[in-house]
Formats: sequence, C-alpha cells, structure tokens
Amino acid sequence: MTDTVLNSGGIPGRSVHTNDGARGRLARRYTAERRFKWLGAGAVAVAILLLGVLLSTIVVQAVPAFRANYLLLPVDLSEKNVDSARPENADYDAIVRDGLYRLLPGVTSRSEKRALRGIVSSASGFLLQRDVVAGSTLRGGATTVGIPLDDFADLYMKGLLAEKQTVIELAGAPSIAVDGGMALITNAPQILDAITARGAGRAGDDGGIRLSVKDPSFLVETGRLVLKIKTASAARTDATILHTVPMAGSKATQLRIVETPESQRKISDQEVAWLNDLQNRGAIESRWSELFLFSGASREPEIAGIWGAVVGSLLTLIVTLALAFPVGVGAAVYLEEFAPKNRWTQLIEVNINNLAAVPSIVFGLLGLAVFLNWFNLPRSAPVVGGFVLALMTLPTIIIAARASLRAVPLSVREAALGIGASRAQTVLHHVLPLAMPGIMTGTIIGMAQALGETAPLLMIGMVAFIVDIPGGFTDPATVLPVQIFMWADFPEPAFRHKTAGAILVLLAFLVLMNALAVILRRRFERRW
Amino acid sequence: MLDMSIANLDVAATPADTETSAQTVKISSREVDVFYGDKQALFSINLDVRENMVTALIGPSGCGKSTFLRCLNRMNDTIDICRVSGEIRLDGVDIHDPQIDVVELRARVGMVFQKPNPFPKSIYDNVAYGARIHGLARTKPELDEIVETSLQKAGLLGEVRDRLDEPGTGLSGGQQQRLCIARAIAVSPEVILMDEPCSALDPIATAKVEELISELRTNYTIVIVTHSMQQAARVSQRTAMFHLGILVEVNDTDRMFTNPDDERTRDYITGRYG
Ligand SMILES: Nc1ncnc2c1ncn2[C@@H]1O[C@H](COP(=O)(O)OP(=O)(O)O)[C@@H](O)[C@H]1O
Ligand SMILES: [Mg+2]
Repeated sequence: MTDTVLNSGGIPGRSVHTNDGARGRLARRYTAERRFKWLGAGAVAVAILLLGVLLSTIVVQAVPAFRANYLLLPVDLSEKNVDSARPENADYDAIVRDGLYRLLPGVTSRSEKRALRGIVSSASGFLLQRDVVAGSTLRGGATTVGIPLDDFADLYMKGLLAEKQTVIELAGAPSIAVDGGMALITNAPQILDAITARGAGRAGDDGGIRLSVKDPSFLVETGRLVLKIKTASAARTDATILHTVPMAGSKATQLRIVETPESQRKISDQEVAWLNDLQNRGAIESRWSELFLFSGASREPEIAGIWGAVVGSLLTLIVTLALAFPVGVGAAVYLEEFAPKNRWTQLIEVNINNLAAVPSIVFGLLGLAVFLNWFNLPRSAPVVGGFVLALMTLPTIIIAARASLRAVPLSVREAALGIGASRAQTVLHHVLPLAMPGIMTGTIIGMAQALGETAPLLMIGMVAFIVDIPGGFTDPATVLPVQIFMWADFPEPAFRHKTAGAILVLLAFLVLMNALAVILRRRFERRW
Repeated sequence: MLDMSIANLDVAATPADTETSAQTVKISSREVDVFYGDKQALFSINLDVRENMVTALIGPSGCGKSTFLRCLNRMNDTIDICRVSGEIRLDGVDIHDPQIDVVELRARVGMVFQKPNPFPKSIYDNVAYGARIHGLARTKPELDEIVETSLQKAGLLGEVRDRLDEPGTGLSGGQQQRLCIARAIAVSPEVILMDEPCSALDPIATAKVEELISELRTNYTIVIVTHSMQQAARVSQRTAMFHLGILVEVNDTDRMFTNPDDERTRDYITGRYG
C-alpha cells in the first residue's frame, strides 16, 4: 500500500512530494490561491468604486447648498424709518421694497414691481429686522445690507437654471429706435440668422418670424437697454423693452440667446435681465450660506437651514448615550461576570439577541404606546426620541460589550482575584478597562445606527415641521435623517441641493463621532 | 479505590511526619474531594502544609496538583462547574467557614501563576494594587515603602528602580514573574501558592526565582507545584507526590528523593513515567 503511493510518480528515487503529480497539485494550489486573491481584490475595488460614485454624486449635488447669493441692497435705516427706541416695530418689508426700487429705478408698473420683489427672499424683511434688532446691522442712516436672493434667482446665479446661454456680438452698427415700451431694431442680420438656425418661432402674416414663450428667448443688450425680440424679418426686428439700465455704460451691442424657452424654466426673461444687470454692477455677492448651516427649518428654500436638525440629533443622541451606555454595559457586566448560568439567564440572552433583530419601527410603536400615550411625555421631543433609540441600541451595546468582556484573558481576572480583589473590584479595576475599547466600538456602531434612524422617530412625531432651534430635551425637535427625508419630498429644486447638503452634514456628524471614539479608545487601549 | 485510601492513611502515619512534628501545621486538608462537573479530579486528599517551609507538589500532568493548590485559596470558586468537599484548615479554621471571607483568605494566601500575569499597568501600580485594595497604606509614602520593600524582597528593585512608571508587561518573562511575586508579597500574605512559576522561564531566570523562593521561606509558608524533580529537590523541604488525583506519598524532600516509600514515587522520580 505504502509502496504504491510512494511509487505513483513512476520515477524511482523521487518522493511523493517532488514527483510530477505533486508538482501538478502544487501548481493548481497556487492557481487557486491567486484566483482567490484576485477575487478579494476585485470585491474591494468594486466596493470602493461604488462608494466613490455615491459620495461624488452627493458632493456634487450638495456643493450649491453651502453657498448662497446675496443682493447688496441700499437701505435707509434712519430715524424716519426705524425708531431707535423700538427698532422692532419698523416696517422692514417696506424698507427692503424701497431699497429694491432704488436699485432698479426703471421699474414702475405694479406687475413689474411685484416681480422685482420676488427676486429676493420673502423673508428678507424678517431677516433685516432680526439683524437690526440684534445690533449686527448699524442703524441710524443709509447703509448696504446683504439680502438673500429668492431660491430661483439664487439657482440662476449659480448657473443651475437657464444655464444654456449663447452670446453673440452684433457686428456692424445696428440701429435701435425706441418708442414707448417698444423698440425697432434694424441693420442686424445676425438676429434673423440666429433665429432661423434654431428653427425657432412661427412664420407670421408679413413673412417675418413671430416668437412665443415656447421658443428660446432672444435678448438684445446694449449699454443702456435690454430688449426682448418679438418678431423678426429680413427688413426689421421688433422688440419690447425688458429693462432700462440705470447706470448706463458704453458697451457693444450683443445678442443673448437663452436656449431654454421661457415656459420651461422657473425664471422669466425679465428676471434674467435684472439679475444679469445687478451682477454686472457688482450688487450680487456669493457667500458661504450661514443660513443653511445655522438656521432652522423653513418652507422657503433660501432660508431653510440644517441647524435645528443638528441640534435635535445632538440632543437625541445625548439622551440615547446617557441611557444606553450605562444600562448596556451594566447588563453586559452582570450577565457576563456575575449572573449564574441557568435557564433564566439563557432566556434573557436569547431575547437580547433577538431584540437586536427587531425592525426599528417596532421600537417607534413601543415609544408611541408607552412614552407618549402612557407616560404622557411630550411629542416630538428629543428625550422621547432618545428613549426609543436607546431601546434600539441597547442590544447592540450589550452584545458587543459581552463579547469584549469575554475576550479579556482569564489570567487578568485570576491575577486580581489571587491577591484578594473582590469580584466587583476585579471587574471595575481590570476587566472593564481592558474591555473598554471593544465596548466603545460597539457603542459607536449603535450610536451611528441611532443617528441614521428615521422610522421609529416618525412614530413619535419627530417628523413635525419645526422652525425653532430646540433649546432643551423637551422642546419639539426633528433630527437630521428626518430632515433629509422631509426635504427630499419637497418639490422646489433648491431643496434637492439642500437634501444632499444635509446628507453631507449627517456624514460629517458621523465622522466626528467616530473620530471622538477613536481618541477615547486610544486613551483606554493598553497592552497585555 | 479502596486500597488507595488505605495507602493515604499510611502516608499520614509515616515516620517522616513525626520526625518534624515540632513544626506547626499552617494548612491542613482532610478528605478533600474535587469534582469538575461529574468528573472527580481529586480523591480524599489528606495533606499538611507546614509553616515556614516550602512544600513541593509533584506528579505527572493532569494528576490534580494545580487543582489542589487552587483549593487552598478557594480559587476554584471562580470555576462554575468545580465543586470542592472536605475540610481545609488555615491555622485551624476551616477556610470554607462563613467566618472566613474569601477576600480575606486570598489576602492571607497569595498566589503566583504559571504564566506571568502582571496587570497592564505600571510596575508601581502592579505592586501597589493589592496594598491599596486592602487598605494597607494610609499615605503615599507608606505605599511607596510597601512597593519598595516588596520589590526588594522579590529581588527586582535594582532592575526596575528608575522605571517604576513603565508598564509591567514590558519586562522580560523572568522579571514579570518576580513582579508577580512582589505583587503577592505586597499584600503581606502568610502563605504563597506557586503554580509552576518557572515553567515559562529560561534557566537563568529560573535560578533567580528559585533563589528567591529559598529566601522567602523564612517569612512565608510556600506551596509550589513543579514538574521539575531537580527544582523540587533544590527548593523544598517537603514533597507531595500526586498521581491520578490521589496523594501517593508525602515526605521530607531528602527522603523522598533518596528512599521513597511508594513504588510509583520511585518510578516517577527515576523518570519511568510522567
Ligand atoms: N477548569 C477545568 N474544568 C474541567 N476539568 C478540569 C479543569 N481544570 C482541570 N481539570 C481536570 O482536572 C484534572 C487535574 O487537572 P490539573 O489540576 O490542572 O492537573 P495538573 O496541574 O496536575 O497538571 C485534569 O484531568 C483536568 O482535565
Ligand atoms: Mg497544572
């Protein structure tokens, strides 16, 4: 038997480990190893790629949310408008309005004035009042204040609305004759070329082309006027006056084509004319959007902020941690170090493991039934959210803590017990500190889970629309993931960017939490 | 089974016992049985440990030496499935008696383990810990004093004097074991139990620890488990031979290694099994 095995290579003098069969087996083994290695590396590469795609889309979407365009508005805050004894009583909407009219004096008709008021945030008056009352804006005279643009105007300034525009220098010397609100342009053949090249408009009665809101907009800009072309033929081009530039400069006449038809975009030609002019005059400034980072929720996209949700999340997590960590670690220590191993503790153990698998919304239902209906705790409050999330994270912490307690070598316990430490001293002085890094990892996983949790909080009313920044644990609040959930549901395009921005803030929150945990773990980590 | 217990009774009445009967008995065990679950590991052990002597426990692996040693400071209490019956008296008081607290017992009967197991703390804290929890020092200088004398007695002070705040786990194996001995001494025990304290050490470190054991004998009663016959012969005055959970023979070490009473002891010592 042994002989046949030894001689299976056929060549005498070569052992079982060096004959051809063995060489073949070895080669196959290496091939399998290489295959395995490549499969693993491939899996990692795919994971990194997907993560990269995900993160980069979020970042690209989110970037506009962190900046906002402000209109530098001249306002009159003298005694005439603002009573310095009671500044809160002034009519700030009117002050903003007057500032706008002063900035664009050409606007006279009622409908144009209403449209002009729409290019700044409807909350401008309120924001100005806040700043004046708080004293961050100087009173007592004329000054310039930054007022956030309306969300669509802001998007236009960021190049996210009507972004496809073509500008053509009109060669030759086009002549423009103004008559009331109308203008007649001659000697500008490029205009008709541009219209026909795009196949825009419909043939009119006189052989010319008539443009409508369903066509791209053709705007003629001179140093003094912005005109919108209505009809065009080889002989003449008729236009309406959109905007008269107050501080006329000398500038070559040019044709601006806004390729998206007016009916398909959220910004009118008139607003485009105004905003372009304001920007040329340096009256629009792009700043870091402190409103997004440091203000509460709002239905107005331009002033909707994330701070309320950040504070809500923070308060909720404080409650969760304060409850789940000591209770979880205590339970783990008891079960692992003190509890007798009998049927009851076994039952508890099985139940804890099962609890970790319960869908989170069930905890929300429990919170609704117990905390709100039974204990009559306030709705939408971080304290209740914290309770619910603590229940949800408890099993995670207990399981992780037990595993890391069990991983502490027996020799450490024996050493302590052997010199007469009591059981409690052994656990508190030696076992628990050694298990702490592992316990903290588990806790962070639990807290990260809690931070991203939405469903159970919906059940206890943390989905309510709350404008005020919560000031305490019983104030109504919302949390970051719920805020993201709500914003994702709003139709305004600006909220798309806010949603992505909020996701980034949530991720940053998470990274911060993890960093803190790493620092804390470093402190606890010891060699043995 | 029956003839075994008779053999044990014989042992209790060996002439060797009477020769040194002037010596006081520190720990006496009578009819000690130990079970791990259903499995019996020790069978009615009757063994006296004499004061200020080194008693060596020898015998082949798995014969129950460690188990017996751990009975003496009730370390077996920490093993759920372990059950100890019989009588173990420390200075005449049963250690299972409710009037002896297990914490107090372990302060009086210290232990050094097979694998050096210093706490993952500084050298100072390792030694000071026992004194701290038992309240042996009221002030910091007192504690310093205890740490210093303990390290001195363990023969480690010279090597670690200027790095007391470095981790104890950073020392060499032999130093770690002497640190563990210093840690045990710092509590001022009466008895020190050592479970194969040199099995993880090199010969030089072993020699140091053995020397230390001989010095410690003047102040402490020592029970040491060893698998080295030479070590037993070098450091101990009394030797007990275990086999398959039975105490085969206990005798003066000199006599044990020259002219043992029991056939199995003779076989073991001469290396016929073990
Ligand atoms: N914790 C334990 N659980 C179950 N059986 C044990 C345990 N410790 C020791 N034993 C058993 O008890 C017997 C004696 O072991 P031990 O005292 O460690 O022997 P020795 O130290 O003489 O080598 C062995 O058969 C061993 O398997
Ligand atoms: Mg042993």
